[in-house]
Amino acid sequence: MVTPSEIQVEAEFEEVAAKKPWGQVCKDLMRKQPLGTFGLAIVLVMIVTAIFADYIAPHDPIQEDFSAMFAEPGHESYPLGTDEFGRDILSRLVHGSRTALMVGFICAIVGATLGMVIGVASAFFGGLFDLLLQRVLDVFMAFPLIILALAVVATLGPGIQNVMIAIIIPFVPQCARVVRSNALAIREIPYVDAARALGFSNSRIILRHMVPNVMAPYLIMLTTFLGQAILLEASLSFLGLGVQDPIPAWGLMLTNASEFFEGSPWLAIYPGVAISLSVFGFNLFGDAVRDTLDPKLRSR
Amino acid sequence: MSKYARFALALAVGAGLSLASTGPADAETPKRGGVLNFVVGSKIPSYDGHIEGTFGMIHPIRPFYSSLIRINPQNPQSSTDFHCDLCVGEVPKGEEGGTLFKFKIRDDVKFHDGTPLTAADIKATLDKIVFPPKGVPSARKAFFKAVESIEAPSPTDLVIKLKFATGSFIPALAMPFNFVYSKKDLDEHGYSWHRTNINGSGAFKFKEHVKGSHVSGVRYEDYHFKGQPYLDGFKAISAPKLAVRVQAIRGDRAAIEFRGFPPKQRDDLVKALGDDITVQESDWNCVLMATPNQERANFQDPRVRQALTLAIDRWGGSQHLSRIAIVKTVGGVVFPNHPLAATKAELVALNGYGTDLKASRAKAKELLAAAGKSGMEFEFNNRGVDQPYKVVGTWLIGQWRQVGLKVKQRVQPSPPFYATLRKKKDFDVSIDFNCQSIINPIADISKFLGSAGNNYGNYLDQELEDLYNTLLQTGDEKKQREIIRVFEKRALSDQAHAAITLWWYKINPHRSYVKGWKIAPSHYLNQHLDQVWIDK
Repeated sequence: MVTPSEIQVEAEFEEVAAKKPWGQVCKDLMRKQPLGTFGLAIVLVMIVTAIFADYIAPHDPIQEDFSAMFAEPGHESYPLGTDEFGRDILSRLVHGSRTALMVGFICAIVGATLGMVIGVASAFFGGLFDLLLQRVLDVFMAFPLIILALAVVATLGPGIQNVMIAIIIPFVPQCARVVRSNALAIREIPYVDAARALGFSNSRIILRHMVPNVMAPYLIMLTTFLGQAILLEASLSFLGLGVQDPIPAWGLMLTNASEFFEGSPWLAIYPGVAISLSVFGFNLFGDAVRDTLDPKLRSR
Repeated sequence: MSKYARFALALAVGAGLSLASTGPADAETPKRGGVLNFVVGSKIPSYDGHIEGTFGMIHPIRPFYSSLIRINPQNPQSSTDFHCDLCVGEVPKGEEGGTLFKFKIRDDVKFHDGTPLTAADIKATLDKIVFPPKGVPSARKAFFKAVESIEAPSPTDLVIKLKFATGSFIPALAMPFNFVYSKKDLDEHGYSWHRTNINGSGAFKFKEHVKGSHVSGVRYEDYHFKGQPYLDGFKAISAPKLAVRVQAIRGDRAAIEFRGFPPKQRDDLVKALGDDITVQESDWNCVLMATPNQERANFQDPRVRQALTLAIDRWGGSQHLSRIAIVKTVGGVVFPNHPLAATKAELVALNGYGTDLKASRAKAKELLAAAGKSGMEFEFNNRGVDQPYKVVGTWLIGQWRQVGLKVKQRVQPSPPFYATLRKKKDFDVSIDFNCQSIINPIADISKFLGSAGNNYGNYLDQELEDLYNTLLQTGDEKKQREIIRVFEKRALSDQAHAAITLWWYKINPHRSYVKGWKIAPSHYLNQHLDQVWIDK
């Protein structure tokens, strides 16, 4: 049931969308959200690193150098040392950012977008369709994120594509549930009735008139998912279910390091820091986006 | 002194040296009681020893079963010292020129369900292994090519007749995978029943299998070796990650891992635990290889297969990989240092074993270009076991990259990995292994026959089959050696049906309170646990 306060919140969303262009929103973000800006900076550094990995990495991340196995950080040719195959840790970290970002962005965008469409459709049609769909989503949401992802990878098998599917599946119901609650309020706003009265098709009403108005919760979920996806990919790779050697990936670097951690701790420290920093960056950025776009929080 | 005798002596001396630290313990009187916890790094594809070839099955399941004969538990390094398990007295010598073996079967053995064990059960078991009906898999059928008939004229008599005399028969019979099943079970439930059910006559009775967690067994009070087993029970804990297994021993959650640790982990444990850890080491009758699937068009051309083996730097790998993995020795089809094994001079004449790596890789590139496969992309199927599969797999991909091949790795847990090799056959090139128990080169090299139950290359090479049949019927050691060299050249070099990597080296650090277990040159041997005891 939609409450009057929800309708009021949506009206505020409309107001924000009408008055503030995205450029202004970004400027506000930097001014009002220094932590968010720091997070954004980390994210941007990651993106630049991933795009220009071929130029930034000093070595081929797959090239083995058995004469330099377990080289310690500070080595003449390998500033962050080498792993058990003599591969350059720095180059593998740099190229690993590609894997992390690719998985992160694809999973977050696909998961959040599918969730948004399902959420809006569920709210728009309501009735039995909504009831049944929500119960299906309840089933998916009953499983913890990592357990569901593990079950999917165990069924489909390891590999980067299957890992992405495994991460996307639990994201969809999460986003759908949040977006639905917003879409329920929007459904009651008169312009939706007006669109119906004008004879617009359901898909047009959903895609042209409702979806743009749930962008705020969508973006919040999207940024939240980015960090979660990176962490999940690293977790699945750590468990041997994700990306496979010799492809550089942070979680994989961690799992390989587990055998040699006692004598060569840098094998685990650097990928661990990379994972933590990137998730930290995405979370800070996501929090800032939420604070900016969510009128309830903005007014505090 | 024959070469075999010298080899046996060398093994015995080696074992003696490696076991020096445990020597005094052997003189101690075994204590009764306690539960042995050990860690296992692989899952159990099925309980059926006749179709499986993995330590993931043999370590937790072998203690539930008996076999007709077995290697002497006190002298497992020997390749000739066999003892009766279900038979009486000494292992029989072959009669009629070594073609007839008469076994007297014990009359005091019962299966765990109470059914008495007779010669008929052993005959039914061996029939399943040696003469499986069409569609019934038997991984070691090829080891028994010489067997003509198996008869059980009475409950205590078993007669096996061979088509020709061969020294490989008794070692093949002593393989620990030859679990003796009840004829009643086979008749009533069929040949697949033992894949998911256990009813043996071994030292321990099956208690439970919690998938992904553990298998446990309890002492079988009616075990036919009176007074044994010494343990109240055992718990085989599943721990796929090496780091977890090492920490389990370090934290005394487990006392031993029967397969083997790399040198670095051995050193870490010894450094941390001092006298609480005992280390046993041995050469290992086990080797990893890359097997191309010859049903796939890309690998039907021998030039492509030769390129795969030519790209591998075995001599360099021996030096470097041995630091991080349980592999060490460069060798051909036969266990290194065995009298029938190739010498270094013989090895370097094979494709991929030359000491001029640049020349080998240049030749590999030429062969790929000639076959129209330069820069070929393919998928490498690997098993999700850290040591040494994933390490060697990653190394192989790096080696192939040096000749322009683009390889992706697919790593699977043991059950789907085996399904890929045996049923689906949906792989380009796969990690494969020839891990045998008793050192029995003539039987061991049957792995390279396309007709062998444990060959996954999907080819039939009649020339190899003919060579092997000739070898089987050759008694002269010198002649055997000559035939094996021709066999080896064809299998590894000319046809390159498989690219052998490095032979393994076994290192078993274990809690010093584990007594009675002696390292063997195989992680399959000596796992019945009836002689193991705990001194706590």
